Amino acid sequence: MKTAVIVFPGSNCDRDLAVALELITGSKPEMVWHRETELPDGIDFVGVPGGFSYGDYLRSGAMAARSPVMRAVKDAAGRGVPVIGICNGFQVLTEAGMLPGALMRNARLSFVCRPVPLRVENSQSLFTAGYDAGEAISLPVAHHDGNYQADAETLDRLEGEGRVAFRYLDKVNGSARDIAGVLNDSGNVLGLMPHPERVVEAAHGGTDGRRLFEGLLETVA
Amino acid sequence: MKARVFITLKNGVLDPQGKAIHHALEGLGFSGVNDVRAGKLIELDLAEGTSDTEIEDMCRKLLANTVIENFRIERMETA
Repeated sequence: MKTAVIVFPGSNCDRDLAVALELITGSKPEMVWHRETELPDGIDFVGVPGGFSYGDYLRSGAMAARSPVMRAVKDAAGRGVPVIGICNGFQVLTEAGMLPGALMRNARLSFVCRPVPLRVENSQSLFTAGYDAGEAISLPVAHHDGNYQADAETLDRLEGEGRVAFRYLDKVNGSARDIAGVLNDSGNVLGLMPHPERVVEAAHGGTDGRRLFEGLLETVA
Repeated sequence: MKARVFITLKNGVLDPQGKAIHHALEGLGFSGVNDVRAGKLIELDLAEGTSDTEIEDMCRKLLANTVIENFRIERMETA
């Protein structure tokens, strides 16, 4: 599987994601700078990493979503290439209109940095095939703006279409219906606030993130 | 020519920052505050003749996130 990781000024989880992808796919991902207008040929998977792209200016993810490379990412997603947005990457994908809703300041205004229990709501997607539906897993979060909000109609639609991929099992950031990760309508774009790439080896204190990438590798390859 | 863009959270969208400000005001002894909503003000210095439609386009494409925010444009008299 040929993978790419997008790098914005202020990304800081790009290398973590690259290490995780290399570990699981066996080959180094292409690191693609935000000014690029095209993705390398034959990319099977795109990761939009966490961090503080453009210093979170205006709104988290707002600037990155309008950068040249995101047009290429949007085109790739339109062709069915799986795209994952983790943490700031999730904010970027919502700002780019590739996922519904918005991520606002955490309800208690504090930066939340800890492992959180989650439930896998949908195990049928490209990204969650490695899990069982209803399974409880633990992934770390580290964010200030993870409070997922959308209007009631959108939330109902997401739930009805099985597009809520992950849900928090405790109160983390005030997200509507405790939503931690959502899929687009074609199911090939996932955005989530928790960091699966940070728990892929036993030395990380957990391996629950590993199955996300393994499941993806199996379904894509 | 200058214009101001006021960006506010839509009604019904929870505003954690507004809530915290409200709480702090009460802590300072201001008891008559019913609610606080925090927003943003963006000042644009524009070429003469920039149309309203163009400014609205800027708001929709970047300045506001219309999923959660409303915007209002106010043209300023040139000094």
